[in-house]
Order: sequence, then structure tokens, then C-alpha cells
Amino acid sequence: MSRRRVVVTGLGATTPLGGDVPTTWAHLIAGKSGVRTLPEEITSQLNVAIGAPVAVEPSEVMDRVEMRRLDRSEQFALIASREAWKDAGAPEIAKERLGVVIASGIGGVITLLDSYDTLKTKGARLVSPHTVPMLMPNGPAANVGLELGARAGVHTPVSACASGAEAVGYALEMIRTNRADIIVAGGVEAAIHALPMAGFASMKALSTRNDAPEKASRPYDLNRDGFVLGEGGGVLVLEEYEHAKARGAKIYAEIAGQGLTSDGYHIAAPDPEGSGVTRAIAIALADAGLTPRDIVHLNAHATSTPAGDVAEAMHFKKHSVAMLHMLQYLQPNQ
Amino acid sequence: MALTHDAVLAGIKEIVEEVAGIPAASIEMGKNFTDDLDVDSLSMVEVVVAAEERFGVKIPDEQVTELKTVGDAVNFIVSQAK
Repeated sequence: MSRRRVVVTGLGATTPLGGDVPTTWAHLIAGKSGVRTLPEEITSQLNVAIGAPVAVEPSEVMDRVEMRRLDRSEQFALIASREAWKDAGAPEIAKERLGVVIASGIGGVITLLDSYDTLKTKGARLVSPHTVPMLMPNGPAANVGLELGARAGVHTPVSACASGAEAVGYALEMIRTNRADIIVAGGVEAAIHALPMAGFASMKALSTRNDAPEKASRPYDLNRDGFVLGEGGGVLVLEEYEHAKARGAKIYAEIAGQGLTSDGYHIAAPDPEGSGVTRAIAIALADAGLTPRDIVHLNAHATSTPAGDVAEAMHFKKHSVAMLHMLQYLQPNQ
Repeated sequence: MALTHDAVLAGIKEIVEEVAGIPAASIEMGKNFTDDLDVDSLSMVEVVVAAEERFGVKIPDEQVTELKTVGDAVNFIVSQAK
């Protein structure tokens, strides 16, 4: 039996550039930035005054009662999943063949911190009974799973900046191994709050280009000075190829392979000499049955931090045939 | 000042609408919180805490399980507020 193939049949997002995929994409292509000055109460003690909040507040598209039981990260997950599910044509499927994998790096940190404020100022009796379901990192996946009635499994990889990508990989394997025919997969984050901001600022990881927010995130630029903390959610509907074909679904792309490795080097810094990226690319290519010459786009991490970009660029330059191949496209008359 | 049944019912309607999104018009003395109004166990905790704040009464946890209907809650609160 040949391996089950996995395709993308639905897209959903709420981002600093727009409340849905078409708006986000249009603004991205137009070169618009979602970075802006944050409210004073978040940044008053910091040397960082900027961030990238979502363009459309959940309250504009969500019922008030529903919102009060959901952490902001869960709100993003539901908004993006609803768009993706609708975009996929709200497929008919046995619930036992439907799964959800939605990642988050930090989870419901705003709920956690606000609830602790309530505990300190008003007492334990007034801590909401919804606190734990709101702060748990698997809350976004759980709420989407409940809304869709998914019964093939609801999972949440947590791996910092890689969490969302890892969710897509986990979903790929769920479909390949016949645990499910459709997975709603993606990532969410909602951590624009004084404490996570202070933590990232303390790491010296954030850009302090406060006078030009729209120019602060500038990966690979000589004058880059850190990343900008954003928020939002992005979700894909992943579907087994024959299943998608049989129902005449619109197919955006195929997920042909994945590769995952770890550096074993440092909690936050990339290994400057490491082969983690190279090995991950090699594994993904082998998994997909492709060669470096087949690659036409490489989506880098591109953090805009002084250290991260150097390590990544050097790495691609030194090790990645795919990158060298791509560079040919950047030269004229090729 | 003693609370009237009508005043407590009006307050409960507002709280349940706020917490669970159930229209006040559908909340009546005879309605069961769980079976008729679909107020789940977590939301019921919120209703109880909000009612305690609003009416200045204590509703012990062991009492909460006895408050099956809106009327049960209204009568208990009125009896405690006297």
C-alpha cells in the first residue's frame, strides 16, 4: 500500500495584518507592517514600547459570553479555525476521523497573570472556575476540538518559536499513519503583557526601535536589533489526498515531508557550528523524495536578532545546497 | 433591609445572562439551572460567587447542590438575607 498523502484544503488566520487570510495576505504583499506602539501600561517599565497586536480585536467578531470563558489565545484559535473550516467547505466527516493539533509556545499566560492579580487583590473566592481551562497550553486545541466535535485526538506541541510548525508536522503524521483523515492544525500565541515583555526585554531579544515601529522587524539587515513580540493565530485544514479529491475540495498544496532535529547546544541561542538545520532539511527532503534542486522557496526563522540571523544565514550559506540553488534565482537573467 | 423575591429574581436573571449568555426573559422561578438553562458546573460556580457579592449572603458549597432551580436559589437567598 502506498503512503497516504496529505494536502492543505483550508486556510484561516487572525494576525497583526488582518482579521482573516485575504486581508493578511493583501497587506503582507503590499509591504504593510503590523507593528505599532503598545499601550503605556504594558511597556511603562521597559525600554521597549512596540509590539504587533492583532488587527481585529476578538470582541469585534466574537460573542461576549463566549469570550469571557476563553483566553485570548483560545479566541485566536477559534477565529482562525472557523475561517479555515469554512474555507475547506466545512467537510462532512466522521468525528472519529477528525483531529486537532494546535500549538502554543506559552499558552494562556495573560489569564494566568490576570488571575494571580485577582487572587492577590480580591481573594481566592473570586478566582474564576474557568481559570485552568483558560491558562492551559492545550486550551486552544481543546476548544477547537470541542467546537468541531473532533474525536481522533486533540494535541498541543510546545516548542517555542517552532511550535506551530511542529503542529503541522504532528498532523501530517496523524494522517499518514491513518489515525485521521482531516486535521485542523496550526499555532496561536497571545503574550503581549507586561511580564512576558519584561522577560524578553531582559534577554535583550526585543527591538528597541521605538521611534519607527514599522521598521523595527528587519531580518538580515545590518542594523537589526531584535525581534518584535506579536500575537495571533494561523490554522490549516490538512486532509488525506484521496479524501480531498473525492469530495472535490480545493487543494492549496501538498505537505510532502518534514524533518525535525535538535541542536543540543543552548536554551536560547542557535549552535553556530551545529548541523541541526542541515540535518532537518536533509531529513525533510528525503521524506518528500525531493532533491535540493526542487526547492524554490525557503522560509527561514529570520528572527531579526543580531545573533540568530547570523547563525542562520551562515548555516544556509555553508551547508545548504538548497539555499545556494535559490540564490541563483536572485541573479539577473537566470 | 430584607430582599424581596422579585428583587432577587431580577438580580439572578442579570447574573445568569451575564455569566451564561441566557436571555433574562427565559429565566423563570421554575427553571432548572442544568436541565432547562444549560448552565454547566463551572458557570454555576460563577453564578454563586456573583450572587454572594450582589446580595451580601453566603451560599455554602453543600447548599449549592441543593439549588436545582432558579426558585430554589431565590428562596435561599431571601431566607439568608433576612
